[in-house]
Amino acid sequence: MRPAAQRAAGRRADVSFRLLTAFCAVLVIVVMGAIFLELVDNSLLSIRTFGFGFLTSDAWNPGASEFGALSSIYGTLVSTGIAMLIAVPLGLVIAIFLVEVAHPTVSRLVGGAVELLAAIPSIIYGMWGLFVFAGVMQNHVQPALGDTLGFLPLFQGPPMGIGMLTAGIVLAIMVLPFVTAVTRDVLLMVPPVLKESAHGVGSTMWESVRNVSLRYGRRGIIGAVFLGFGRALGETMAVTFVIGNSHRISASLFAAGNTIASSLANEFNEASEPLYLSSLVQLALVLFAITLVFQSVAHVWVGRLQQMETGQR
Amino acid sequence: MRQAKTAVVGLTLVAAMLTCIAGAAIAAPTINGAGATFPEPIYALWMNKYYELTGVKINYQGIGSSGGIRQIEAGTVDFGGSDAPMRAAALVESGLIQFPMVVGGVVPIVNIEGIAPGELRLSPQALADMFAGEIVYWDNDAIRELNPELELPHQAVTVVHRAEGSGTTWIFTNYLDKVSPMWHEKFGTGKTVAWPVGVGAKGNPGVAAYVQRVAGSIGYVEYAYAVQNKLPHVSLRNAAGEFVQPTIESFQAAAANADWASAKGYYMVLTDQPGEETWPIVGATFILLHKKMENPRTARAMLKFFDWCYDHGSEMAVEKDYVPIPGNVVEMIQESWEKELRANGQQIWPLAAEK
Repeated sequence: MRPAAQRAAGRRADVSFRLLTAFCAVLVIVVMGAIFLELVDNSLLSIRTFGFGFLTSDAWNPGASEFGALSSIYGTLVSTGIAMLIAVPLGLVIAIFLVEVAHPTVSRLVGGAVELLAAIPSIIYGMWGLFVFAGVMQNHVQPALGDTLGFLPLFQGPPMGIGMLTAGIVLAIMVLPFVTAVTRDVLLMVPPVLKESAHGVGSTMWESVRNVSLRYGRRGIIGAVFLGFGRALGETMAVTFVIGNSHRISASLFAAGNTIASSLANEFNEASEPLYLSSLVQLALVLFAITLVFQSVAHVWVGRLQQMETGQR
Repeated sequence: MRQAKTAVVGLTLVAAMLTCIAGAAIAAPTINGAGATFPEPIYALWMNKYYELTGVKINYQGIGSSGGIRQIEAGTVDFGGSDAPMRAAALVESGLIQFPMVVGGVVPIVNIEGIAPGELRLSPQALADMFAGEIVYWDNDAIRELNPELELPHQAVTVVHRAEGSGTTWIFTNYLDKVSPMWHEKFGTGKTVAWPVGVGAKGNPGVAAYVQRVAGSIGYVEYAYAVQNKLPHVSLRNAAGEFVQPTIESFQAAAANADWASAKGYYMVLTDQPGEETWPIVGATFILLHKKMENPRTARAMLKFFDWCYDHGSEMAVEKDYVPIPGNVVEMIQESWEKELRANGQQIWPLAAEK
């Protein structure tokens, strides 16, 4: 083949490669957009009926055609909050142990076990949560919390075993492997020379971890946190099993609640009236928006950090 | 050589697939239904037995009565199941026909340490007050007065209700609505109501699982679920003022009051019926069909199955503590099949019309 023809063929291949990749990338945006439009379209009836009040009302009474998203939004944020409060510190500590402290063999074993947690289907977490963990919560954890911290409204009420706190803890266990695995990979990418210099100037292990590894990897770690956050926000089956499924807002974490995802799982099949169905779709739209807002916050935050870092250099 | 091999394998596959398709076309149609979880134990038993005898496979998914109505209206299933009867006007509007399949009892179940099945006695008012959140502890005076010989703990009452639209809830709240003016005013009857307290669980099995799990809880399920899960039921005071246990006899006593002949569209509610032996929370469960069906073969196969259930299913029903539909009512039902059901414009019942 002549060189010119070869070049032309190469260019053609390049162009088609470019088009193909662009098409695949655009496909994601198109699907996202289509989902968004479909959600808006199907919730129009509910939006027209309730207006902004949908977001601020905690009434949920299908019999009387009254719908409000507040209890579901509250439950989604609180259960996710509990999960992150537990999973983020724990995940960071485990990742630090795996990378900086543990013997490589131990690190492989423990790391593998943590990753295995991620492979367990969520329905198994739900069943375990209801049949095993809820019993432990009811008989041991909740009475103990009630005795020691019962003066706080958060830990008052009868110990049922199921409820907001149990859902939060089960979510924490589900999110833990994501936070841990990503943080571990981030920490592994810290150049050894940096850590060695820290030790060289007399840093303790903790000082080197805090000032070098965590600082170097903080953008990646924030990414890990938001990855876990996103997963906790939308988790459905496990939460539905243990949260107690009630459309009420209670100060106590022992009480039953619900999340957007659990309401959809429970009620979507059975919603027979158009307004009921439309309200459920609007709930999904709200979840879509919440996820979008938090992802944007994460994006902006990571971007700011990057700017600061390059500014410093 | 390799190509030839691939071709052979390919041809064999195609042939196998064709045989499958042909086989499926010859085999009996699969019938799909969905709806109430209340009759699921007996439906499952019937369908299993029927499959053994005839090879006709009928699937039933217990997704709740509201779901059953929605799915049959949308045409995604061949028949729907619901415990909350549809009003005659609603039936006309959606082009459906409704008929009762079996009658069953709803029983309150409890999880209190040291209390055996049938030991705890409750009045209708106490039951309504508990589900309304007005009785908060098990050692409440109202409950203690009804049970002087029981030692009730100072434990919080956790109400377990259904999380989704449910015919069992409809029957249960219909009862509370009748017996308690407070309930009537605040909550009424519905497949879902605005529960003021408690936790929600999905389906009869879900309520049973939650009650089993949570100490100090009270829920309501179809009787078979209480028996299956060995959950203590309560003894209720009926309209005649007697404390009764849920048994097939007390369900039959309630069903004996049913006057099906004057019930338009078989709209029938059997809660709070008179009679000394009557269990007060009893209801029929219904099958919903489109009046105009498309596939005559499926339609016939379905009616054949329902007919078999009426004819041969009674013993199995009684075994599972459901009350069979009496013979004269079955005749009425089959008359309405004859009059109202059409597939492709053809009459499908009686089956002799097939030939």
